[in-house]
Amino acid sequence: MSNIPAELRYAASHEWVRPEGNGVYTVGITEHAQELLGDMVFLDLPDEGDQIAMGDDVAVAESVKAASDVYAPITGEVIEVNEDLEDSPELVNSDPYGDGWLFKVKADDISEVESLLDADGYAESIEDE
Amino acid sequence: MTNKTVLHAKHLEAGAKMVDFFGWDMPINYGSQIEEHHAVRRDAGMFDVSHMTIVDVKGPQAQAYLRYLLANDVAKLQDKGKALYSGMLNEAGGVVDDLIVYFFDDTNYRLVVNSATKQKDLDWLAAKAEGFTVTITERDEFAMIAVQGPNAKAKAGQLFSAAQNEAVAGMKPFYGVQAEDLFIATTGYTGEAGYEIMVPNDQAADFWQALLDLGVAPCGLGARDTLRLEAGMNLYGQDMDETISPLEANMGWTITWEPTDRDFVGRDILTAQKAAGTDKLVGLVMREKGVLRAGQKVTVAGGEGIITSGTFSPTLGHSVALARVASSVTDHAEVEMRKKWVTVDVVKPSFVRNGKSVL
Repeated sequence: MSNIPAELRYAASHEWVRPEGNGVYTVGITEHAQELLGDMVFLDLPDEGDQIAMGDDVAVAESVKAASDVYAPITGEVIEVNEDLEDSPELVNSDPYGDGWLFKVKADDISEVESLLDADGYAESIEDE
Repeated sequence: MTNKTVLHAKHLEAGAKMVDFFGWDMPINYGSQIEEHHAVRRDAGMFDVSHMTIVDVKGPQAQAYLRYLLANDVAKLQDKGKALYSGMLNEAGGVVDDLIVYFFDDTNYRLVVNSATKQKDLDWLAAKAEGFTVTITERDEFAMIAVQGPNAKAKAGQLFSAAQNEAVAGMKPFYGVQAEDLFIATTGYTGEAGYEIMVPNDQAADFWQALLDLGVAPCGLGARDTLRLEAGMNLYGQDMDETISPLEANMGWTITWEPTDRDFVGRDILTAQKAAGTDKLVGLVMREKGVLRAGQKVTVAGGEGIITSGTFSPTLGHSVALARVASSVTDHAEVEMRKKWVTVDVVKPSFVRNGKSVL
């Protein structure tokens, strides 16, 4: 069973969201997602300043096995992207909830986060797959 | 019914992620397929290839039979233990399977064929043997372990007896020798030096463990695929199959046309195809972000084509692929990737040898 931290919120499409304060949220993909994809080789991330809307495909996680879309879990403005992934995409495999984060979003509407799954809900959703 | 090799328990013990591979429960990786890939390019890695099928062909007409069965000519084999790579073709010139044949003498050969095509191959071997005095025997009492990489031979050598080390001393690439309990061959599917070792089933787990104890990295099918693709080696069922001529699969060099009076299965149609011209298998190189994938469409000068195998090359740090394209191809091609067309370089289908880029 893969690790699903209790303090994060999740989209059924395997993104996680962590509140950083002031309406800023860090976004990444879950341990389960990186296990499905295998060794990561490229991350195609959005640009700083991009406006993204919940459900949009905003990034591509490309592994040895497949290219997979990453969807915006919330609506807002991209204020930072993880530039370390340019040279070290394997951080997404080794530390998906830490150094392998993808980008940070300033949320337009923080109540959107409440509509995301909690850890139990996400665990259930991947059991049903 | 899922087949398991005798090393199955060792894979589980090592924490392998297992997948179904044409009816065999096999390791895809033991954690990171990229690290496994690097282990083979830089040091030594090993693969359980026990699912492959070993078949002995013996009898007074063994040579005559194989000269009819295979597009390559076993009569070229003069040194005991020398191996030959060949396609086994059907009457339409398609590839039934690709295989390695080892020569011991004119009445005694050993074939290694793919696992995915095992029953089809055994049926084909039997059907084509009609009229020849040969016996065809599957040797499933052996497991097979491929030990590959710049340090592979030295590490494996530590496990060999004095007689086995003497038997392999100075052995050139593409030879095999029976030395006591082991059949040791200087063959592989990675573009590195190393051995493929046939070991009796009841000794296989101990042999595997001894290699592990020497620091040889266990490697799964994932690394096996990226290694063989970097080396420009075909994968049966992906880069060629029964509907594809060897001329369209970079296997023209495996067809022995002389002497012209040798009849082999598929010869007539290959002769016609060669005269008419065929598509060809080329290498593609993309240095920008993204990964070329099998099935993507390719446009080339004067025609089109399709990617048959594509991957991220861990050694090169960018993507490479094999593609079957119109023979009018020049040194660039366009590939349709995720709804946009990307320009890539066209090269000979070989990317990495002995740990180094050949681009």
